[in-house]
Parts: sequence; structure tokens; C-alpha cells
Amino acid sequence: MKTLTNGIFKENPIFVQLLGMCPTLAVTTSATNGFAMGAATTVVLVLANLVISLIRKLIPNKIRIPIFIVVIATFVTMVGLFMKAFTPDLDKSLGLFIPLIVVNCLILARAEAFAFKNKPLPSILDGIGMGLGFTLALTILGIVREVPGEGSIFGFKLFSESFEPAVIMILPAGAFLALGLLLAGNNVINSKKSK
Amino acid sequence: MENASLFVILISAILVNNFVLSRFLGICPFLGVSKKVDTALGMGLAVTFVMTMAGVITYFVNELILEKLNIQYMQTIAFILVIASLVQLVEIVLQKVSPALYQALGVFLPLITTNCAVLGLALLNIQFQFGLLQVVAHSIGAAVGFTLAIVLFAGIREKLELSDVPGPFKGFPIALISAGLMAMAFMGFVGLV
Repeated sequence: MKTLTNGIFKENPIFVQLLGMCPTLAVTTSATNGFAMGAATTVVLVLANLVISLIRKLIPNKIRIPIFIVVIATFVTMVGLFMKAFTPDLDKSLGLFIPLIVVNCLILARAEAFAFKNKPLPSILDGIGMGLGFTLALTILGIVREVPGEGSIFGFKLFSESFEPAVIMILPAGAFLALGLLLAGNNVINSKKSK
Repeated sequence: MENASLFVILISAILVNNFVLSRFLGICPFLGVSKKVDTALGMGLAVTFVMTMAGVITYFVNELILEKLNIQYMQTIAFILVIASLVQLVEIVLQKVSPALYQALGVFLPLITTNCAVLGLALLNIQFQFGLLQVVAHSIGAAVGFTLAIVLFAGIREKLELSDVPGPFKGFPIALISAGLMAMAFMGFVGLV
């Protein structure tokens, strides 16, 4: 149980460990995109963790990184083909960043730090926890950017027609600003807690 | 995009579609190795080298192997293997040929494998259906753009170290906000090409 919740709050991959920044900043122009990216990454993370944990005794230590990458790339390709077939709209809006899940440092980091050293079941739980944490952070960031940037949330309009969106929030610059402010907010909460 | 001239591709990859600040590729090293200008420059040079080579090699892999066999869906796997082995190769060759440069780049070389800018570049080249010369121009442009962004950012962060930042913003938050402002500045280049 602890392995599961660890990834969601205490070691949240984005807010605490700062892993997997590229997709985080690039696809969070809306809450939907953020959530979809999180979900795709979670699937890859869980499957890769499971397989790596199953074959961990067969992997020679010296070439473990290339093996991890091949395992991850295989699952990413599978997820990518699935998305192309069943959710073509999402596939279009996430575009390049689906194949780029391969080089998401989060997945490689979990393979190296957890799955390579633990049994399959805890590895799956770790994957689910980390994946949920990642999804949560991406969705929050998506909401923070979509509400002022588009005046909507998950695609539903929030305000009347007269609302003028702050377009900067859905442009690249807004991604850095939003994440910077969120991290600062997170720091404030943490320092209050520790007092 | 297909008929764009080489110079336009080059400039647009450096400034307008800067890989870091507008495409969000290579953010991990951008945030990770940008504490000092020297190391940032080292990383930039290493990436420039690998990116240019990777761009050209993946072009041939795609053209001669994947398309011939009609297995384009293997792109991701094939490209990441090419990049990983390329990085390894560069490491070995540099160690023999130029130990000084190898020492200078040392730690950054293996990190490049997981730099999404390299894989992203390879995939974008295919997506834009570039020819060989265009691939070369785009790869060099992207790499120079990456180096430019990371070196500038490191310069800003060196100054930030000395300034008085409000408590919760110390470290990463203020770095991200400066990056945001940089991205805004780079937005000024839109319309250049």
C-alpha cells in the first residue's frame, strides 16, 4: 500500500522529483490532453515495470539500460498504435509526444530504481502509484493553464462569451510560468506543514 | 515545409521553433545542467555533435531500411537504438582520438541518450519529409538552438544565485519562471520567417 501512495503524494514525480518535464510542459495546454498523456504514460510505466521486474535476474548488469529502453520502446509503440486506432483526435493533439514517452526519464528512472530490484507485484504497484501521481500533476497543470487560457475546463466553457482568454497561458511561455508558480505553491504548503 | 530553403530551415530551427523554448524538447538537460555557463556549453556542444550525426543516420535508417521493408511502425524502437549506440560510439571514439574533449564532455555524453531533443529531431525530420540536405540544416539548427537556449539560461541562473529570491520560489520555481520569460522573449522571433 505504501508503495502505491508514495508516488502520488510524497514522491510525486513532477512536483517533488522533477522527472519527465518535456511532456509535462508540452502537452498540458488543456486538462484533457494532460490527463490523456498521464494515462498513456501510466500504462507504459506499469507494463514496463512488470516486464523488467520479471526478467530482472536474466539482465546482465552492464547492458541493463539498453534493455530497459527496448522494453519501454516496445510498449510505447503498442500504446501509440492503440491510440492511433481508437482515439485519433488525441493522437493528433499529443502528436510527437507519444513516441517521446520512450525517453521520459520518469519511466527509465523507475525501471532502474525500483523494478530492477523488486518483485513483480510491488513493481506493478509502484508503476500505478507513480503513474497516478504523474497523471494527477499533469491534469492539475492542464487545468491551471486551460481555465485562464481558454476559459474552459475539460473542454466545457466556464465563462460567458465576453470572457477574453489570456492566450499566454496556453503558449509555451505559460507552461514554464504555470509550473513555476505551482512548484512555489507546493513549497509554501510543505513549509507550513513542517512547522 | 517541403520546399523551404535550407537557410530558412536553419534560422527557423534556431530561433522561431527553438527546440527547448517552443517545442519543449530537451527540457531535462535544460533544467538539469544549467547551473553554470561552462557545463551548459559543454552539454550544448556534446548535444550538437550527437544531434547532427543522429539526424543524418536516422534519415538513412528510415530511407534504406524501414521504408524498404515497410515497417515504419518500428520507427521509435529503431531510432532509439541508433541513438543509444551512436552515443556509445561517440564516447569510445572521443576517448581515443581526443582525450581532452572527452574529459570536458565526460559526464554529459551518456545523458544524451535520454535527451528527448535527439529522438524528437529524428521523428520531426521524418514528419516534415525532409531531404538529406534539409535534414542536415534542420539538425544543425536545432542543435545550435538548444545550445543557445541552455547557455543563455545558465547565464541567467548564475545571476539568480546571487539575487534575493522570496523563500518559496528558491531553486526550481524561479528557474522555471525565468525560463518562461525567456520563452516569451523568443516569441518575438515569430514572423521572422
